[in-house]
Amino acid sequence: MANTNQAGVKRVERPLSPHLQIYRPQLTSFTSILTRITGNALIVGVALAVWWLLAAAVSPAYFAVANAVCTSWFGDLVFAGSAWAVWYHYLAGLRHLYFDAGKGLDVATAEKLGWGVIIGSVVLTVLTIVIV
Amino acid sequence: MRYLTARKRAIGKGSAHTGTEHHWSMTVSAVALAFLVPTWVYVFGHALGQDYDTVRATFARPFPSILTAMVLVVGMRHFAKGATMMIEDYARGTARKLCIIAAYSISSVIVATGLYALVKIAL
Repeated sequence: MANTNQAGVKRVERPLSPHLQIYRPQLTSFTSILTRITGNALIVGVALAVWWLLAAAVSPAYFAVANAVCTSWFGDLVFAGSAWAVWYHYLAGLRHLYFDAGKGLDVATAEKLGWGVIIGSVVLTVLTIVIV
Repeated sequence: MRYLTARKRAIGKGSAHTGTEHHWSMTVSAVALAFLVPTWVYVFGHALGQDYDTVRATFARPFPSILTAMVLVVGMRHFAKGATMMIEDYARGTARKLCIIAAYSISSVIVATGLYALVKIAL
């Protein structure tokens, strides 16, 4: 594992962070990794939304196709999933800003905030689906 | 005999290879999106499922149009930088470079397409 650099110093091949395999699963790490997954997954919903908008700009016939896809079970699934993802990422992002300010970093508060993010995202998603 | 000091050998070897610009940029765009996104979700959610003329009328109005443009520009930059962060954690070498280029390319295509659509609807 160890190799030697030009300066003659022995170096160890270290794992890349965050190296999920060696962490014990816990609420704080789970909510953190979910922030990353939701943030990156949102590209799917955004791409679908922009395609729908492009279709509305191009022609009624093209819009009919895009609108049919977006309001089908597939579109509903993507947009409902995106609604949850956006709210989860939103609340977790606010939590990150709070952490960045040096607050809420003790385990009890961090776990409480974690549950707040999970429950809050579900509540906001239901509200979104009901209201819009 | 070593000619380099320990500090000189350490500089630039951190995982980020840069200072805090990336993190600060994410913070700034996150705060912007915190204001933009809830309003946009409401506007988009209402427009989705409406007929062709209603959708065009919605996005022809200044507020929904400018809001959508801002969400796309700020959001896709936030995405490209966030995706880069993930890629840097899990991929190395050429794969890392190709993935980062792909992330920026997808974001750019989405922004360009969205802005084209908004301009075309507005005109």
